Amino acid sequence: MGQPSRIRATAQAGGAVVRVLMTHDMESGQRKDASGGVVAAWHITEVAATLNARVVMTAHWGPGVAKNPYLQFTVRDAQVGDRIGISWKDNRGDSRSDDVLVS
Amino acid sequence: MNARVEVAALAACDRREAFRRSARVACGLIACGLLPAISVAQPPWNAAAFDATTVDAVLKALGASAPVASSEVVLTAPDVADNGGAVPMSVSTALAGVERLALLIEKNPTVLIAVFDVTAAVDAHMSLRVKMMESSNVFAVAFMSDGRVLYSIKDVKVTLGGCVE
Repeated sequence: MGQPSRIRATAQAGGAVVRVLMTHDMESGQRKDASGGVVAAWHITEVAATLNARVVMTAHWGPGVAKNPYLQFTVRDAQVGDRIGISWKDNRGDSRSDDVLVS
Repeated sequence: MNARVEVAALAACDRREAFRRSARVACGLIACGLLPAISVAQPPWNAAAFDATTVDAVLKALGASAPVASSEVVLTAPDVADNGGAVPMSVSTALAGVERLALLIEKNPTVLIAVFDVTAAVDAHMSLRVKMMESSNVFAVAFMSDGRVLYSIKDVKVTLGGCVE
């Protein structure tokens, strides 16, 4: 089980702005360790966002997304009290799901 | 003897009924979205697109036949990024009927950074931070439901590369 994501969902005119900070090393597969060996790529591959348990957006990510990924998007018509869920999976099979209420 | 058979038959009926009921409950839960059914909604991982090393090859692997440059696709990125390890970028379009947004960095070892499959429930506007190995052209691509593929390009200079730190 991965580390928790920090999610903030703020209601605004036209929807809720969702800001997510995931906790993940996002190893690019380019870096070398002290002994000169390449550190294997280890990154989030799948992301899904839900509004009240209904999927509203999915994404596939490569190793080029920055460490501890920050993602921002707007969910249309989300109201105060609605539940926004963010889940991810990485290429080692680890996963994490977190949710937050729109405020 | 007869009574015992009857009891056994009744018990079997009960079990069958219970199974039927739990199956119904499970279906209901999936319909309500209480059980995770996310994997069903998400398209499969496109290894060919993420392994491709040129912009053309990535677009081909994503099924983009004839990409057209368009000012309707907006790519927001800094002109100069001091730290290639975390460059804020966003890709958006105000056009209706967007199915998918993609972000590509031409000179990164992995050209394809991210693919977003958007629904009508979200704005077609995604912001995230990416890694850039060196100064490069960045492509924002929008895949429309009518089959059009639109893109815009921005040249981003990088002071310190972000893939090997």
